[in-house]
Amino acid sequence: MTESSGDGLVLDSGIPASSFAALLRARGLDPKWETDGSSGVLDAPEGTTVLAFRYDDGVIMAGDRRATAGHYVAHRRVQKVYPADSYSAVAISGTAGVAIELVRLFQTELEHYEKIEGRRLSLPGKANHLASMVRRHLPMAFQGLGVVPLFCGFDEQLEQGRLYSYDVVGGSYEETDYAATGSGGRDARLYIRTKFTDGLTETGALELALEALVAVAEEDTATGGPDLKRGIYPNIVTVSSRGYAELPDAMVAEMARSVMERSP
Amino acid sequence: MTMPFYVPPEQLMKDRAEYARKGIARGKSIVGVEFVDGVLLLGENPSGTLQKISEVYDRIAFAGVGKYTEFEQLRIGGIRRADLTGYAYSRTDVTAKSLANAYAQTLGHVFTQDVKPFEVEVMVVEIGDDDETSRIYRVTYDGTLHEEHRVSAIGGSAEVLVESLEAAYRPRAPLMEALGWTKAACASVTETDPAGWEGAVLDRTQGRRAFRRLTDEEIGAA
Repeated sequence: MTESSGDGLVLDSGIPASSFAALLRARGLDPKWETDGSSGVLDAPEGTTVLAFRYDDGVIMAGDRRATAGHYVAHRRVQKVYPADSYSAVAISGTAGVAIELVRLFQTELEHYEKIEGRRLSLPGKANHLASMVRRHLPMAFQGLGVVPLFCGFDEQLEQGRLYSYDVVGGSYEETDYAATGSGGRDARLYIRTKFTDGLTETGALELALEALVAVAEEDTATGGPDLKRGIYPNIVTVSSRGYAELPDAMVAEMARSVMERSP
Repeated sequence: MTMPFYVPPEQLMKDRAEYARKGIARGKSIVGVEFVDGVLLLGENPSGTLQKISEVYDRIAFAGVGKYTEFEQLRIGGIRRADLTGYAYSRTDVTAKSLANAYAQTLGHVFTQDVKPFEVEVMVVEIGDDDETSRIYRVTYDGTLHEEHRVSAIGGSAEVLVESLEAAYRPRAPLMEALGWTKAACASVTETDPAGWEGAVLDRTQGRRAFRRLTDEEIGAA
């Protein structure tokens, strides 16, 4: 079949049908981030603390809402936790603009595969694909524009929640119980480690996620805790056998208030 | 140098059209019917894995009849086009009208320029927020584009199917009722008992991705 007459219908063009990123590259439409290396330091807004851990039904994932540029608060209502598809979620830290584009491409890629092949990628398949996307950004990381995601989902074959952390070179590590990344990631891991138990309920998991974020916000200036005055609360989602779900704002707000009151 | 025989263009087009029509007539038809929550697509299909109906985008579905490899190529081309548009602009900028036009362009181009025409007929369906805004487009092997309302069919027995569906059609019917008369219409055009069904709906009550395949139990129960 020949190339059709400029109507944009891409027929047999020698690229794997199930990959959207390959299609973008073949058409020269993939996001170009390379710099020539001579540029100075850029103060692009950065996203800070995101975390995830297992609970009874699957995995819970949470992120604060602040983005910082140097010592400034760049944005107060950034969304850092996104659905990847109906059975997985992805959270971002690092350069916000780059990371948000990465998530958009990742979401499109998963849906594209699902529509072409008639079934979803396996959870390890999704995690590996995200790793290769991060790896492609390595030259950018040397420019100080790194992106480090966190990925979790419900494995439909094993019927359990699983979570993966990444590093800036695209290394992917499956975690057993919890993971966190971003400027406050270390503090978040420390906090969760002391409180984490097996078999947390959804409410228990929500409480722990909020406690961890509140604790981190105390220690890390780049992490924003719940803002009761403006009504800005962390994004918290769960992925279980029922799929991806965002916890309702009212539920998060109420728990955030009670955690804030109790916090020392 | 050898000179090719002269063939008048009328004859050439007629031959090609006849060739394509013959190929399409061999396969089973697919029908699209509006119901209260969206649009139902149903066809006879003995294979559970080689599908003729597919999701294209949030509110857009595709159905193809004829030669499997050819409409599969069109299906993939359509998904690629939709995903490219949605990624480059916004999800709301992907429309069935633009997709149907692209199919018409491609099929028209292949019909006149390629060694052989595609032996396919495709349907592009889109649902809106209410039943006034549902769209059904049908594109034939030569790239002719039709906009249809309420009911539509593609494939060899399309005309008969549309006639019997028009007679049974009732506006704003619930899914099971619509499925009932659609099945009856499909079964009426075949001599043997259907070996299997393939059905899907675009359902506006389903959230962002409106496409859902119907289970065998659902189709069996209607």
